[in-house]
Amino acid sequence: MIWIDTIVQGILLGGLYALFAAGLSLVFGIMRLVNLAHGDLIVFAAYLILVGVQLLGLSPWVAVLIAMPLMFGFGWLLQTVVLNRVLGKDILPPLLVTFGLSVTLQNGLLEGFSADSQRIPAGTLEGASLDLGLVTVGVMPLLTFLSAVAAILTLNALFYHTALGRSFRATSDDAVAAGLMGIEPKRIFAIATGIAMVVVTLAALYLGMRANFDPSIGPARLIYAFEAVIIGGLGSLWGTLAGGIIVGVAQTVGAAVNPEWQILAGHIAFLAVMLLKPRGLFPRAVD
Amino acid sequence: MLLETHGLTASYGQFRALFGVDIAVAAGECVAVIGANGAGKSTLMRSITGVIRNQAGMVLHRGEPIGALTSADIMKRGIAMVPEGRRLFPSLTVEENLLIGGQARKAQGPWNLDTVYDLFPILRERRKNPGTALSGGQQQMVAIGRGLMSNPELLLCDEISLGLAPVVIRDIYAALPKIRASGAAIVLVEQDIGKALSVADRVYCMMEGRVTLTAKAAAVSRQEIHAAYFGEAA
Amino acid sequence: MYRLTTRTRAGTATAVAMLVLVVAGVMLPAFASRSVIQDLFFILTMLTLAQLWNLLAGYGGLVSVGQQAFVGIGAYAMFAGVILLGWDPVWAIPLGGLAALLLAVPTAFFAFRLQGAYFAIGTWVIAEVTRLLVAQWKALGGGTGTSLPREATRNIIGTDAIQALFGVRDAAARDILAYWLALVLVVLATAGIYWLLRSRLGLALAAVRDNVDAAQSVGVDAAKLKWAVFLIAAAATGLTGALIFMQTARISPDAAFAVTDWTAYVIFIVVIGGIGTIEGPILGVLVFYMLRSVLADYGSWYLMTLGVLAIVIMLFAPTGLWGLISARSGLHLFPVRRRLTGAKIEGGT
Repeated sequence: MIWIDTIVQGILLGGLYALFAAGLSLVFGIMRLVNLAHGDLIVFAAYLILVGVQLLGLSPWVAVLIAMPLMFGFGWLLQTVVLNRVLGKDILPPLLVTFGLSVTLQNGLLEGFSADSQRIPAGTLEGASLDLGLVTVGVMPLLTFLSAVAAILTLNALFYHTALGRSFRATSDDAVAAGLMGIEPKRIFAIATGIAMVVVTLAALYLGMRANFDPSIGPARLIYAFEAVIIGGLGSLWGTLAGGIIVGVAQTVGAAVNPEWQILAGHIAFLAVMLLKPRGLFPRAVD
Repeated sequence: MLLETHGLTASYGQFRALFGVDIAVAAGECVAVIGANGAGKSTLMRSITGVIRNQAGMVLHRGEPIGALTSADIMKRGIAMVPEGRRLFPSLTVEENLLIGGQARKAQGPWNLDTVYDLFPILRERRKNPGTALSGGQQQMVAIGRGLMSNPELLLCDEISLGLAPVVIRDIYAALPKIRASGAAIVLVEQDIGKALSVADRVYCMMEGRVTLTAKAAAVSRQEIHAAYFGEAA
Repeated sequence: MYRLTTRTRAGTATAVAMLVLVVAGVMLPAFASRSVIQDLFFILTMLTLAQLWNLLAGYGGLVSVGQQAFVGIGAYAMFAGVILLGWDPVWAIPLGGLAALLLAVPTAFFAFRLQGAYFAIGTWVIAEVTRLLVAQWKALGGGTGTSLPREATRNIIGTDAIQALFGVRDAAARDILAYWLALVLVVLATAGIYWLLRSRLGLALAAVRDNVDAAQSVGVDAAKLKWAVFLIAAAATGLTGALIFMQTARISPDAAFAVTDWTAYVIFIVVIGGIGTIEGPILGVLVFYMLRSVLADYGSWYLMTLGVLAIVIMLFAPTGLWGLISARSGLHLFPVRRRLTGAKIEGGT
């Protein structure tokens, strides 16, 4: 019985990792950019929500709605002012710039908010749980998982059933030809990063409500997100969810065996998938 | 003039591909640009559409310089390109490939999904297929249709017969008069001289990055073209 | 009549200047205070790490964010040699290089499966895994770490002679020894990379960097080349890590596998100085040290400044400070480019 419980908790945790990963996957899919600051941007968004809650006295659910357009704007600016300038055949400049951004964000947050642990208050939801007969699940983890599914459904609908999504896919296929169709690739990239930041904000809400966070935890979130994307196979958001679930289950099972092995078990699962299926479980894109 | 270039010069790195090219296209006209492989025809198309930056000279659209604009802005002015190698978007279906051609520029005109499907009926059957799952000839039809979807004033067609079987080329060329009849001017970049002359009003011949012949298609002699194409007397 | 050469007048001058600098560096402990020696130790070890990362990323195109794995495993292997095998710390340093080399094999095996930019995060994951595994090593203190035993640090080979020679105490003698070893390491690393780039391997690297397909078509095995560069850099990084922690004599998984200290700083040094040149990291480490001295009291502002500086340099001067200097003056202190010399070529087509 305890094992079923452990696995269910792991699956729900996977939802959080899929939320971390969706933005990373989106940006990579469209512009082949790996943003090393992705984890720190999640933490940054969590602080933004926290400011809304603590300073303005908003409910976290309202604060996240305000933070989303702000983060969209931030992502749009980041892409327009910085990242569009370094995108190109050479992968070195964007990697180094986003690495610099990662360190800058971490230390900026450290300066602004100190190294103390913070938490976004979730009110009555915090300890609430739901008895599903076989297992009891926390309302918060369940909500996280459902949000991840909803985010993926929304992103897929955007991708496959709107003119913007068409532009995303076309630009990803061939940016020069997209330009000949009247699509400005740099504008598309800016919108894509903006949307990724909206997903990041949603991920930040659950990151901050479920556990304590501080400015230093970004890189670990980047790694979980990255593992979920690679396990799932590049280019498939459902694959990313599956990848997140595999990392999540490996972590909860590892922790059940020995609490010190939680993180390690997630990484080992990732390496095992890499060994058996180098292109991930559901490969689609050919890069 | 709908489109003019004056002294257009362009390079790929150290390699200079265009040396002061002057061409002009009037509204509604069909102009052929012929020349051997490497004569600079495709480079000329890429310079006009902003894919590569020209180093010297000007490109004018209705008298206004467009040389500094991006590809996207040039397209929105009504200059659509059917690029060399077709370059359909593999992630998009046939219909999506067509739709994306008309997405950025909203202009009045005869072309929409229905009329493009009437022009190339086979595409209607295949509209749910991925664009790149089609035969070469059908892909070329999608590429032309995609160019038409924005109802352009000028359609630049880069090597639309390249690598296709004669029967297929005939089908594609059969569409060109209908496109002209809808009012669009056409620039036809071709290596197949006979095909190009069969539909064009005027012809430019290029060799080694320069225009070597400008003539009316009806009046030009084989010898003249031969000399301009190969750089020697026939 | 024509010869391909990499020799330039500036290159020869550099060789002479370097020789003078190294001799002066060896004699320095006779005059300098202990804190100067410690600072120089820091500069020299950071420079070694920077040169090695530059070899990987700047010349090999392998942007690793996981070099802390090799610093850490090298340091831990050295500690294991001392604590578990009872070796002298100096003799245990090569053990660090060996351990890093051994770790580099599976690391490369996994990370090379990841294309392009994902390689970077892949190396980071391996470094995390190594850190977490080492934290389980109870004999070396587990998660909290351990110190070198007193009897081991007191009797390090050569320290008696140094104490007698300079009339300094035990701890200062250990610093001087570590400093000398760092000097040896930085000279070996820089000279080794310089030699490597001027060898056939360097030519092959340049070919792969310019165009992988073309290089492969003329018989350069790009995959083998990547392996070679990765393993060499890993082993040397492991040696450096072992030396760094011999000097501090205290280790913990968080310190030994710190991404900030052993990778972020190193990347910033290379980027600020100029990636893809040997001069760049040298200039970069000096700027880095100066910034550190000036901003040491401002904590996180220091790292923020470095981060912003790296971004600005990548945006506006991607060849770094040395690139700016070199472009203005045409100076190449470590010429690796092959030039044709001989009589003037006449005519031409």
